[in-house]
Amino acid sequence: MSIWKYANPALFMGWSGRVLPVVAALSALCLITGIVWGFFFTPDDYRQGSTVKIIYLHVPSAMMAINAWVMMLIASLIWLIRRHHVSALAARAAAPVGMVMTLIALATGAIWGQPMWGTWWVWDPRLTSFLILLLFYFGYIALWSAIDDPDTAADLTSILCLVGSVFAVLSRYAVNFWNQGLHQGASLSLDKKENVSDVFWLPLLVCIAGFVLFFVALVLARTRTEIRLRRLHALRLRLRMSEGAE
Amino acid sequence: MIRLLLRDLKLAVRAGGGFGLGLGFFLIVVVLVPFAMGPDTSRLSSIAPGVLWLGALLACLLSLDRIFALDHEDGTLDLLATAPIPLEGVVVAKAAAHWIVTGLPLTLAAPGLGVLLNLPSDGYLWLLVSLAIGTPALSVIGAFGAALTVGLKRGGLLLSLLVLPLYVPTLIFGAEVARRGAEGLAVVTPLLLLGGITAGAVALLPFAAAAALRINLR
Repeated sequence: MSIWKYANPALFMGWSGRVLPVVAALSALCLITGIVWGFFFTPDDYRQGSTVKIIYLHVPSAMMAINAWVMMLIASLIWLIRRHHVSALAARAAAPVGMVMTLIALATGAIWGQPMWGTWWVWDPRLTSFLILLLFYFGYIALWSAIDDPDTAADLTSILCLVGSVFAVLSRYAVNFWNQGLHQGASLSLDKKENVSDVFWLPLLVCIAGFVLFFVALVLARTRTEIRLRRLHALRLRLRMSEGAE
Repeated sequence: MIRLLLRDLKLAVRAGGGFGLGLGFFLIVVVLVPFAMGPDTSRLSSIAPGVLWLGALLACLLSLDRIFALDHEDGTLDLLATAPIPLEGVVVAKAAAHWIVTGLPLTLAAPGLGVLLNLPSDGYLWLLVSLAIGTPALSVIGAFGAALTVGLKRGGLLLSLLVLPLYVPTLIFGAEVARRGAEGLAVVTPLLLLGGITAGAVALLPFAAAAALRINLR
């Protein structure tokens, strides 16, 4: 008995089929609660007015954009080391979700930045590194779709993900080199005195949980689709083989 | 490895103009910049280091797909994979050959083109140094990208998409050295970081590139 047992595609289909509706329902619940709470039942910020409320979309999507890449990195490592097909498929399934999260973070950030900073876009370190992350997602997805053989594609994209991670981190600190920029520093840390006030923090926490669950649900659903596609492909091949034999 | 390097150099110089292509592209990019930005000399001199770095980077990108594609087509790469030298060594030799035929001429040509953009006189030395240190990293990173896309029919565009984000740190620090040099500021920190990136890329990326090649040759 080990945890790897659950990576068997047949077993994966079994448990993920049972887990998926629960996760999806929980994520919908969290998202609706968090967003309604955040939008209608929190006070306006004393300086930012009601624009502060976009935080309930901006922060969770930005967190998931990075977390999705980390998840892809781990899944790629598992594929390279232990060659579990589900792992490679999960990495593939997570990439477009992560890309959309990055886009949401960039778009909501621009919408928030316009009234607050007076500009849609600045070449601030955080903004720039997110743009670079988006480029990495583009490259990763393009490489997946360019290669026909699924195992080769999984291998090559895994290597790209490993190398890309190193360069993404490098870029993150390289852009720090210019200046500190307009974006505020971390204000949700657990170990700091000066953080976002609890009034905003609690609905934000619910929203973050909702986004995490949403991400898990989407990745599970997409992985299941991929597995079904592969099974279909294999069945069709088998059918063609048996027709040829007769 | 030395033989392989010499063979690649000979092929590049003798066969089919790949040698001058990057240089010509670099020249044209730099010449086009004043047309786009207007001939105001003070503005040109302030953007000169960045433009020269960007031009060199794009010129380098232009010839990347030749690193492995031709050898893959005629089967040389399969022979090299079974040869007694490790595949990582092949990658290093190929990347070195690419650097000698593109990165080195670009580095040497950059000060000449700097004159066209009215680069301040302090800038020439540091432009030369930053390009000399930075372009090997461009070649090695490019070799990794080329190894990933070697088996693909329309790999060229994909190669640019994969490689350009990887070029970001090199470009930032390289252009920063050149800019600070031109403005007479201290250059040590970005120069050390640029050197670190190059050293790290040259040391580690051949392993990743060789792994990608093995998968593509499977």
